[in-house]
Formats: sequence, C-alpha cells, structure tokens
Amino acid sequence: MNIVVLVKQVPDSGADRTLRPDDNTVDRGSANNVINEMDEYAIEEALKIKEAHGGEVTILTMGPDRATESIRKALSMGPDKAVHVVDDALHGSCAVATSKVLAAALGQLGADLVICGAESTDGRVQVLPHMIAERLGVAALTGARKLTVDGATLTVERQTEEGYEVVTASTPAVVSVWDTINEPRYPSFKGIMAAKKKPVQTLSLGDLGVAPAEVGFDGATSAVLEHTKRPPRSGGAKVTDEGSGGVQLVEFLATEKFV
Amino acid sequence: MSEVLVVVEATREFGVKKVTLEMLTLARELGTPSAVVLGGPGAAEALSAKLGEYGAEKVYAAEGEEIDGYLVAPKATVLAELVKRVQPAAVLLASAQEGKEIAARLAVKLDNGILTDVVGLAADGTATQVAFAGSAIVKSKVTKGLPLVTVRPNSVTPVPAAATPTVEQLTVSVTDTDKLAKVVDRVAEQKGSRPELTEAGVVVSGGRGVGNADNFKLVEELADLLGGAVGASRAAVDSGFYPHQFQVGQTGKTVSPQLYVALGISGAIQHRAGMQTSKTIVAVNKDGEAPIFELADFGVVGDLFKVVPQAAEEIRKRK
Repeated sequence: MNIVVLVKQVPDSGADRTLRPDDNTVDRGSANNVINEMDEYAIEEALKIKEAHGGEVTILTMGPDRATESIRKALSMGPDKAVHVVDDALHGSCAVATSKVLAAALGQLGADLVICGAESTDGRVQVLPHMIAERLGVAALTGARKLTVDGATLTVERQTEEGYEVVTASTPAVVSVWDTINEPRYPSFKGIMAAKKKPVQTLSLGDLGVAPAEVGFDGATSAVLEHTKRPPRSGGAKVTDEGSGGVQLVEFLATEKFV
Repeated sequence: MSEVLVVVEATREFGVKKVTLEMLTLARELGTPSAVVLGGPGAAEALSAKLGEYGAEKVYAAEGEEIDGYLVAPKATVLAELVKRVQPAAVLLASAQEGKEIAARLAVKLDNGILTDVVGLAADGTATQVAFAGSAIVKSKVTKGLPLVTVRPNSVTPVPAAATPTVEQLTVSVTDTDKLAKVVDRVAEQKGSRPELTEAGVVVSGGRGVGNADNFKLVEELADLLGGAVGASRAAVDSGFYPHQFQVGQTGKTVSPQLYVALGISGAIQHRAGMQTSKTIVAVNKDGEAPIFELADFGVVGDLFKVVPQAAEEIRKRK
C-alpha cells in the first residue's frame, strides 16, 4: 500500500507562541519549531500498516526551507522518502489554498492512503482532511482512535462526544488520527543516520501546476485584520489548608454565586 | 433582512445543544436566523419548537439514511445547494468536530473562506477568534464569499426571542462520492447525566494528583454537587485514570466555563491551553509552587483528599 503521511512543522506548543506584528502570520522565525505532535501518531500508524501489509511510506510537508529539519526527524522514525512543497509565494496561505496545494501534490503521488493528525497544535482548525478529500473525491475517515486495514477496506473507530462511530470506506482515502491511536516509536540511532540519506524531493508551485495568485496573501479567502496579546491572568488569593481549606474554598464559591 | 443559516448541533438524547442557541443569538445580529437540521428521520420536528424559542423564523430539514448514514459529505452537499439557493448573509456552524468538517467541505465546494473557533461576530462579518490557547485575540474576516464561521461553545449567552418557524423539507440528492464513508455503527459510552464538557457552565477536572481511576469518584462527586462536567488532564488520561474524550488541554478539549475547578493539576502549558479562558478558576494542589496557582482566582495549597471531601460536605450543608 502506498501511504502518504502529512507532516506539518509548528512552533513548540510547550513555549510561548506569537503572531508576527508585521503580517499577523504565525511567528515561526523566533520559535522552536517541531513536528506537530499529532503527526507523529500518523507516522506511527503508517509504519505499522506498512509492517503488516507491505508498501511504502512517504512524508508530505508544505512549509518553508526550515521545515527540512522536521522532515528529517519524521524520516528518522522509518518512512521511506519525503516530498517537500516549498515556494516563497506560499507564505500567508489560508486553509482553502493549502488544501489545494496538498491535493495537487497528493494527485501526483497517487496515494492509496493519506494519514494525518486530527489537528495541528498551532491553528487547531481541523479542516484539512475533509478539504483534501473533497478536492480528491475520496473518502475521509476522520478523528480515528483505531484503524483497521483489511485489503482495500478501511474501518475506523471515530471518537465522538457521545462515544464512537464505526465508519468504513475503501481506499483511496484520507484518515486523520487522534493521539489515542498508538504510541509513536522513538527514532533509533540507526534510523537517524539512515534518514540523512533518504530521498527528499522538493516541489515548487510550478511543479504542481498551481498559480502563485491562487495561494499566499493574494489568494487567501480570509484575512487576519489585527491581533492583540490577551492580558495574562493574575493569580488571586491562595490559602494553605490548615484544616479548613475545603470550607474556605466553598466560601469563595459562595461569594461568586456558584454555591 | 437576509437569512442567516445556522446549522443545528443536537444530540438524540438531549436535543438542541446550547451552542446552537448561541449561534441563533449571534445570527440575529446579522439577519434573520434560519435553522438547518441535517439528521435522521423526524429530527426537525423534535427540534423546531426549541429553535423557534431562540428566533429561528424558518427550519430547513434534510433527513434520512442518505444524510445520517454517512460521514459529513452528504450534509455538506445539501448545505451547499441550500446556500446557492437562498444566498444567506452568513453561515454559522458549531466549532466541534462535525461542524468544522461540514464547514471545511462547504468552503471547498463554494471556494469560500472559513473562520473557525469564533467567539464573537460583528454585524459587518468581522469575527473574533482566540488563538494559541487563549494567549492571543485575533480579529479576522472572510474576504472571499460569505462569512462562513464555526462558533465555539460558551462564547455568548443565549438570549430567547420567540418565533414560530415554518419547516421546509429539503430534497436530498447526494452523489456516490458523498457516500464513500459509511457509518456502520454508533456506540454510546458511559457519561451519565452530566452536561457535556465543552458546553458545561462548571467543569471539575482531575490531574495526576488524583492518583488512580478509583479516586476520580471524588472529582465526579464535586462535579455533581456543582452541576458540572468532569474533565481530566493529559497526565491523568495517559495514566488511565479517566477516558480520553474528557481530556482538557492542547491535544484534548478546549473549555471556557464560568467556573473551572482544577484538582491535583499542576497546570502545564498544554493543560492551560484548554482552560485558561474560563471565567473563574479555582485550584487545589499540594505543591504551592504549581503554575496552576498563577491562573487561579482562588487556590488551596493542601491535600486534595482532605480538602475536596470537606468542600463537598460544606456544599451539602449549604444546600
């Protein structure tokens, strides 16, 4: 099975993140950039399928030059190769345009199965899997906490508010996964060394047949007008329990009319 | 005034969800709200009275196995046809998994911009969004097509405005491509009678400090006394104390209740990401240096196994 895993480089969600003052885009220059955490689960799932059923795993990333670091990190877990869509005109692209670019790349790669994280930790928008599936005219099985592959039939348990849904489709399909689906492996030393030699193909917008005017700020379907930093919360009263902490807590709740 | 389409979020068990009433309230600022029910047979009839109470002048209904038996694609197709026909001033959906997914497909079908996790919407379509786990406030606008937004639960207070909606059944014609992902089963998992996490006015969460799954009874007890939902930190979920769908934080749910109670939660940045826009925060933790106290309006440094039972007892006394 030919599997493509979508990997996004994001600013580390464990540190302070900001938007750029000049153009309101995510500040990636000053951030510690890492693989979007949920994508590591997508890579793990792809590797497990390859190990059980054979095939090839390709990483697909759209992002600036520095995303190469995340691509090598992804490859060190075990995928065979990577494709990096990189073009200066992509800066400022909205989700709709991003899905157009990724769908064009996936069209060229001819994937049987596309796996991605359910959301990225920067935007948390959750829309790309269905946007891509809509463009490619294939099934989308999203929010999976379990994926079973039986020949060309895919079955997922999709996490919902009430419990879960069992959803099936045939390949080709897009599957998005939550972090409950597996436990991603750590790259081995051998894996890290091997990743340095694995092929990484770069594609420009021209290679994909997408016009620069369709992406970036020019092609954006929405715009950020302004952003402000939310004032940080300041801690209030703090008491040490000396036998009446529970009562003091309820007294506070009563003043605030919660009790 | 032009119509504003509000895609109804509802459950079989509890009917119209609160976020739907919030959307109807927001929609009235932009035009005349029309609710759109996409669901199983008879769904609209059960919901239309409630939708009317919050100002829906019209209810469009697309019902049946063709809609309900597949994952979101048929819903997006029906909605796209409706948008083309009525040319609404805006389309509002809930910022939950399915709402975002329908909106995603609609955006591609109509080549239209999309804004998610919206917490406010002005009459001119300018949306307010909260980014980076509540650390940034963003004003944004759809610049291509109509305002297509998903609204985060607990963003506005629902305000009733009585209307008597007319119900219009929509003709459902979906393509084979819409039917590629078939829902073969829906399984409910235990939740009891507690309000849903993202919509609850009060959330009581437990963390690593709760110690084990059995001790979560303490968290549940306090939640029930306060009429709230139960949440859990990632550490608690990863340790197997509580199921993943109740996880609050960066890789779980984002909640914004009136009151958030953090029990045995240190307050790592990934957890704060999911709760720091809560109105009032209280915390109980044995470590006085825990970062959760930087956010808490009231904090108790102490053993939660002493403090929580005492608090529960005190609430019972006052009831």
